[in-house]
Amino acid sequence: MTEAVSQPDQPETLSGGTKDLFAKFDPLIEMRANLLASGVEDPFGLVMEKVLSPTTAICNGRETILLGTYNYMGMTFDPDVIAAGKQALDDFGSGTTGSRVLNGTYAGHKAVEEALKDFYAMDHAMVFSTGYQANLGIISTIAGKGDYIVLDIDSHASIWDGCKMGDAEVVPFKHNDIEAMEKRLRRIPEGAGKLVVLEGVYSMMGDIAPLKEMIAVAKKHGAMVLVDEAHSMGFIGPNGRGVAEDQGCLEDVDFVIGTFSKSVGTVGGFCVSNHPKFEIMRLVCRPYVFTASLPPSVVATAATSVRKLMHAADKRAHLWENSRVLHAGLKGAGFQLGTETPQSAIISVIMPDLERGAAMWEALLHEGLYVNLARPPATPANMTLLRCSLCAEHTASQVQEIIGMFERAGARAGIV
Amino acid sequence: MDREATKARIDALIEPFNKKGIAIDDSTRFTDDLEFDSLTVMDFVAAIEDEFDIIISMNQQAEIENYCQLVDAVVKLKG
Repeated sequence: MTEAVSQPDQPETLSGGTKDLFAKFDPLIEMRANLLASGVEDPFGLVMEKVLSPTTAICNGRETILLGTYNYMGMTFDPDVIAAGKQALDDFGSGTTGSRVLNGTYAGHKAVEEALKDFYAMDHAMVFSTGYQANLGIISTIAGKGDYIVLDIDSHASIWDGCKMGDAEVVPFKHNDIEAMEKRLRRIPEGAGKLVVLEGVYSMMGDIAPLKEMIAVAKKHGAMVLVDEAHSMGFIGPNGRGVAEDQGCLEDVDFVIGTFSKSVGTVGGFCVSNHPKFEIMRLVCRPYVFTASLPPSVVATAATSVRKLMHAADKRAHLWENSRVLHAGLKGAGFQLGTETPQSAIISVIMPDLERGAAMWEALLHEGLYVNLARPPATPANMTLLRCSLCAEHTASQVQEIIGMFERAGARAGIV
Repeated sequence: MDREATKARIDALIEPFNKKGIAIDDSTRFTDDLEFDSLTVMDFVAAIEDEFDIIISMNQQAEIENYCQLVDAVVKLKG
């Protein structure tokens, strides 16, 4: 689960009874109108007027600390990354105007795939135009009619949509519940193809999955395993390969899905794999074939960033320190957090309800702090969350400043 | 499997999920009448799956709107 602000990750079936096909959205329109009528600033309409650095921007004319961008490693303004992008614009133009399998594969696309193979020490890498398309494409292509997908109920929308598009039998289990997962795997009819889909970090609460145990169970039942490491790449694990690397089970993962739009600092998605037949995916995966490839400047920035992230141990250590300090600070201030201990670069602050959550979000913005407001039905257990994602470029003093802002805003909104 | 016996077991299983104590008959709908949200659906489906040792995939759940359809589906899945 992640970015969805006004809809659940699991696709809904809406129905309307009138000729106006928009009638089905009336409840949402009303909910939004009510929220805005209370005088609160629109939490989903913020505009960044100027971006000063990976951690600061001008919003509503005010300098604002960014604490909700997933820009974990702060690569967006890295001088080498920027230079590579500018050079590629000059050398290869502004766009490819074509599919990867036709005229849309440039030297830069191959170079970023090489960088990913080196980063993960894996045999194959395939780059998609977005992370959403990577999940959509891989899942829908490898698990088809008659196959079974066993997945965590808190999975991201791109995973659910990939399941739906591929027409496999979809069997969810309770979040991070190993026993519930095993029971479902055991009941799958003999001979059916099985795919287990997990995430390293679940972005709503910022908790990690017990991948080692879960993957062992999946393998025992003969399932292939796909792990979405979108929120851990670059940061978690000794080489930043993600939660599976950190737990020592990366070699048992058949497919790692990742994104360029978080730690890498640009846009795009990918899948890396050691499957001997993996390359055939380039011809059969529709979200890869039937769309234009990434612009040359984007793949150039991504390749440079990925290679720099291979040597970013110091930044990883500082980001962990930031996560520990903010978690302890907010806990100490009396906030209820999504996890007992800091498990990732995401710290989720649980709000009592949407109204006070929106008020708190606005109070923080007036303090000069941007966080993500996540609300039902996009959130687990219909909670309202203020989701904070830290950056390796946040300084120790910025983190202290953030804790102070939370304390003042929390007092004003009546949360603590 | 005997439909009546299956229905009796499901009758017992649904009780803790029927928070408002609504009288349930064959036409009772899970979303509209019992107001199940997605989390309740997941827990309720898991309870039925565990009781009968079956899988009711999301694809199959999409076809089940009321109580009668659920009992029929479980009878069919049990074989």
